[in-house]
Amino acid sequence: MTTTFRALLGATALLALTAGAQAETTITVATVNNGDMVRMQGLMDDFYAKHPDIKVEWVTLEENVLRQNVTTDIATGGGQYDVMTIGTYEVPIWGKQGWLTSLDDLPAEYDVNDLLPAIRGGLTVDGHLMASPFYGESSMVMYRKDLMEAAGLKMPDAPTWADIETAAKAMTDKSKEQYGICLRGKAGWGENMAFLTAMSNSFGARWFDENWKPQFDQPEWKATLDTYLHLMNEYGPPGASNNGFNENLTLFQQGHCGMWIDATVAASFVTGKDSTVADKVGFALAPDNGLGKRGNWLWAWSLAIPSSSKNQEAAKTFIDWATNKDYLALVAAKEGWANVPPGTRTSLYSNEEYAKVPFAKMTIDSINAADPNAPTVKPVPYVGVQFVAIPEFQGLGTTVGELFSAALAGQSTADDALAAAQTAVTDEMTSAGYIK
Amino acid sequence: MARAVSPRRKLITTVAAWAVSLLIFFPVLWMILTSFKTEASAVASPPQLFTADWTLQNYSDVWARSDYPRFFWNSVVISVGSTLLGLAIAIPAAWSMAFVPGRKTKDLLMWMLSTKMMPGVAVLIPLYLLFQRTGLFDTKIGLVLALMLMNLPIIVWMLYTYFKEIPSEILEASRMDGASLWKEVVYVLTPMAIPGIASTLLLNVILAWNEAFWTITLTTTKAAPLSAFIASFSAPQGLFYAKLSAASTMAIAPILILGWFSQKQLVRGLTFGAVK
Repeated sequence: MTTTFRALLGATALLALTAGAQAETTITVATVNNGDMVRMQGLMDDFYAKHPDIKVEWVTLEENVLRQNVTTDIATGGGQYDVMTIGTYEVPIWGKQGWLTSLDDLPAEYDVNDLLPAIRGGLTVDGHLMASPFYGESSMVMYRKDLMEAAGLKMPDAPTWADIETAAKAMTDKSKEQYGICLRGKAGWGENMAFLTAMSNSFGARWFDENWKPQFDQPEWKATLDTYLHLMNEYGPPGASNNGFNENLTLFQQGHCGMWIDATVAASFVTGKDSTVADKVGFALAPDNGLGKRGNWLWAWSLAIPSSSKNQEAAKTFIDWATNKDYLALVAAKEGWANVPPGTRTSLYSNEEYAKVPFAKMTIDSINAADPNAPTVKPVPYVGVQFVAIPEFQGLGTTVGELFSAALAGQSTADDALAAAQTAVTDEMTSAGYIK
Repeated sequence: MARAVSPRRKLITTVAAWAVSLLIFFPVLWMILTSFKTEASAVASPPQLFTADWTLQNYSDVWARSDYPRFFWNSVVISVGSTLLGLAIAIPAAWSMAFVPGRKTKDLLMWMLSTKMMPGVAVLIPLYLLFQRTGLFDTKIGLVLALMLMNLPIIVWMLYTYFKEIPSEILEASRMDGASLWKEVVYVLTPMAIPGIASTLLLNVILAWNEAFWTITLTTTKAAPLSAFIASFSAPQGLFYAKLSAASTMAIAPILILGWFSQKQLVRGLTFGAVK
């Protein structure tokens, strides 16, 4: 009897231990709705096969809603999210606040040295990797090869703004609703100001001098805005002040744009099945003005762990799976090389198969041409190419974006918009304590 | 005596009513039609109301990507739960305000309404922290409470307006016949105010169903309703309009059908007491 009882007790204890060992950890991943993220959710079987003890629950939200929810959660130490998808703008700010967990201890197979230096630099705070890039992007010129040929022109691989104007003029035929150039005009720090800030770098402009004094009253900003308004008013589509990424994508896909300067990630869309001009698209670096800086930006959607997460080890396991080299190979095997998340790893660009993707070389060249720590010609006190990595920038960028969008809509002049921007930004930076 | 309406005037009024209705319904119609288009024809330039390549693919994709039944069930529980709880509190409150008003009743009603004028985001952090600390975050009961509190002023106001139309003599008669307060409210007042209560119920179910700010902010995975389901298909980069339209159509379809079948009750309730 005693022996049976002991045997039963032992078996129960063993069962309890086994159950404990197999206890499932559930992590909540907050993410945005884009092609690469959706694709990852479809490949989760691979993750579950490798890590049956971790269950992943997804919260997919629109970018701005996600930013608001995640900021609220992280600022209140809520711990609702174990992994968050955040942009290059948030990483330096949140990293400095101590809101993120360092990813320095990811396994050796993760191969941190394989990350593209420009992308890694934007995600590193005080020497610690605070987020792992899921995909990276810059901006570049996408143009219609057939229209350029018809106009007797050839797009240089590294054009100047003068080249862009010549091409825009030659490809414009408004009677056929064919516009030489499509650029962002919709107001917002991540919309028209992402483009205009990156463009201003190539004109030598900067948001602030070394003492945080706004620089919209300087000739570099005047040259930037004048060039932008001239291009758009003469060769752009009507109603451009309402056009953001998606609107311009639609216009380009349907053959209404001769050129479009925007995110490198758009390359797969304009050459994809929904594009009517898929086989007529060429790529070039973002334009410059001979000052040593191009008008291209740098952005990465990255995975990070909030310091309030209660499942940090499981979260790291997930991030390692989603952003290491094996994941890129998995996507290539299941979905083809053109669908591999771009712009994160050096090894991807030395892969012969990936080199056959038409926009691969221009994407890496564009990313390498951006430096978040020295974005423009003159020195600046901030990090960021198409943004300024300070908490106030979202509000500032949107305010200035509205002023510039109004100038594009013809509601004010470039001079008025710049003067109003200078006043608004000076006031805000003074009240925020940057200007003593 | 009813005034005679000329056929011409009747025709003009009918045409005008149809035109206004179509104008109001047009965005919804556009969304429904877009949900059956391919992504390419959804963003065709110039825009096309109809297309040659209708498809059900978007619905299939949306269904495959999300757990729609879970979002739907959460919406049902949250909207119906918050409305019923709100009614349970608002009926006695509106009764007292309508039949035994005090000196400050009008001020109290105005104050209740004024709380609706405050932007929700103003109390985001306190409410968020409160939900975190009390374990109500991402729970259906938490959202039932939150939405009930948010819609309570409207429920009380609507019921108060309906109750005011009921002659107090009837309630007095029931009291003289020996009815207790409970019986007076349940067996005399409530049956007489059924149209008003029904329209209040329907309107608040719709309001709770469509609420997006708090339902997205105070949930992550477990209690997220259909508003979060729609938000998961919105994208700043990439063309997902057709899928977004399919998700939106799936989210509003139940409430649209409910509204369609109960429109008589809704209109009757909303115009209750409008003509004396």
